[in-house]
Amino acid sequence: MDILIPILTMGILGLLFSSGLVLAYKKLRVEEDPRVMEIFEILPQANCGACGFSGCRAFAEAVVKGAAPVNGCPVGGEEVASKIASILGVEAKTMVKKVARIHCRGTKEAAKERGVYLGIATCAAAHLIGGQKQCSYGCLGFGDCVRACLFEAMWMGEDGLPHVDETKCTGCGQCVEACPRNIIELHPIDQNILVFCRSLDRGPLARKVCKNACIACGICVRACPEAIVLENNLAKIIDYKKIPEDKIPAIEKCPTKAIGRFHRPPEETDSAKDQPRPAS
Amino acid sequence: MELLAIFISAILINNFVLHYFLGICPFLGVSKKLDSAISMGLAVTFVMTITAVVSWIINHWVLIPYKLEYLQIVSFILVIASLVQLVEMFIRKTSPPLYQALGIYLPLITTNCAIMGLALLAALKNYNFMETVVFGVGSGLGFTLAIVLMAGIRERLDLADVPEPLKGAGIALIVAGIMALGFFGFSGMIK
Repeated sequence: MDILIPILTMGILGLLFSSGLVLAYKKLRVEEDPRVMEIFEILPQANCGACGFSGCRAFAEAVVKGAAPVNGCPVGGEEVASKIASILGVEAKTMVKKVARIHCRGTKEAAKERGVYLGIATCAAAHLIGGQKQCSYGCLGFGDCVRACLFEAMWMGEDGLPHVDETKCTGCGQCVEACPRNIIELHPIDQNILVFCRSLDRGPLARKVCKNACIACGICVRACPEAIVLENNLAKIIDYKKIPEDKIPAIEKCPTKAIGRFHRPPEETDSAKDQPRPAS
Repeated sequence: MELLAIFISAILINNFVLHYFLGICPFLGVSKKLDSAISMGLAVTFVMTITAVVSWIINHWVLIPYKLEYLQIVSFILVIASLVQLVEMFIRKTSPPLYQALGIYLPLITTNCAIMGLALLAALKNYNFMETVVFGVGSGLGFTLAIVLMAGIRERLDLADVPEPLKGAGIALIVAGIMALGFFGFSGMIK
């Protein structure tokens, strides 16, 4: 009989507490949209913040509320967008994947240095003293962007410039943030024509410090005035979709090769670009 | 006077972290930032107070009359686990920002041995109801004091030139030890 008392006591206590919890749960339950959790599970969980929200969770909540577009996650791309769309019952707008591209061709050979830099080996530090290159707009080559990449999509090439593996790049924009010289920009992956220079120096000076600088000669503008303009001594592509295929050869007459196709057919690929990624 | 003595003693002299070495896990784990340390301290104080009350009721109304004192540990675990659940649900409903701020620390209190220690110690010392309540509040504040002090020190330590092998947990444990030594200075205050 003695054994019954503790068993009953504990049983009753447990029952009391659990029924109390059940009652409290009924009273205090917080209604949460189940779609938030469903969408959250689809997202890449990188919490990179490329969507403009403080993480994947916040993005999921915003999408359900309608505060964020279905295709707002650049990392997940179309696949995630269409899944989210099917959960929410709306149609996903097609989204062109964006990738990071480097607007500088100041390779070790092309860009002249102004001295030997022995400071902290980061772009941010080198930028503070104006950089080790004569060009004050070009890539510093210490790889802050490579270190910022969460997806191992970037590496420093032999030429002293960063390169992007576009299959791995998710367009999250971490490298864009990391670059103190704002050389990296996100572009739609189908945009093949780019200006590979950010120098605002006037032509003669720009050419003096870097062989591959835009000297604002205007050849490309004459080739395709509706899509390319000159602005502050630099060619600027206003709308890449307005550049027809047949005008590309004329644009690529650029004397310094500062504008042109990013991806070229293999037979005309030059050594400065498309470097093989070193095995890590 | 007796109540005041219990209160002061729980905060300074018999501090749960620095005298009994209970609740070391959150003390080291959540003391990296001052903000979260304060939140954690207040959450623990809250749960400690309620636990002290409820465990006193169970102890004196159920366990002692039926001579079931050996069930203290099991029943107190039951009390603490359900209370933390309840508090979590309540905070989530009434104050989502606070719920977000406390985050994972709230459910973690369930497994905080300081709470269990409080319930068992109060039973061991045969406190009456008021004394138990004061003991619970004091212990919670003592925990808060310890964790906030620790967080303040650790925030400064982040900027200090700490020898390589001692970085992180090593220096934190040394600091905790020195703090415990410091708190032993209070031990003559109340006889």
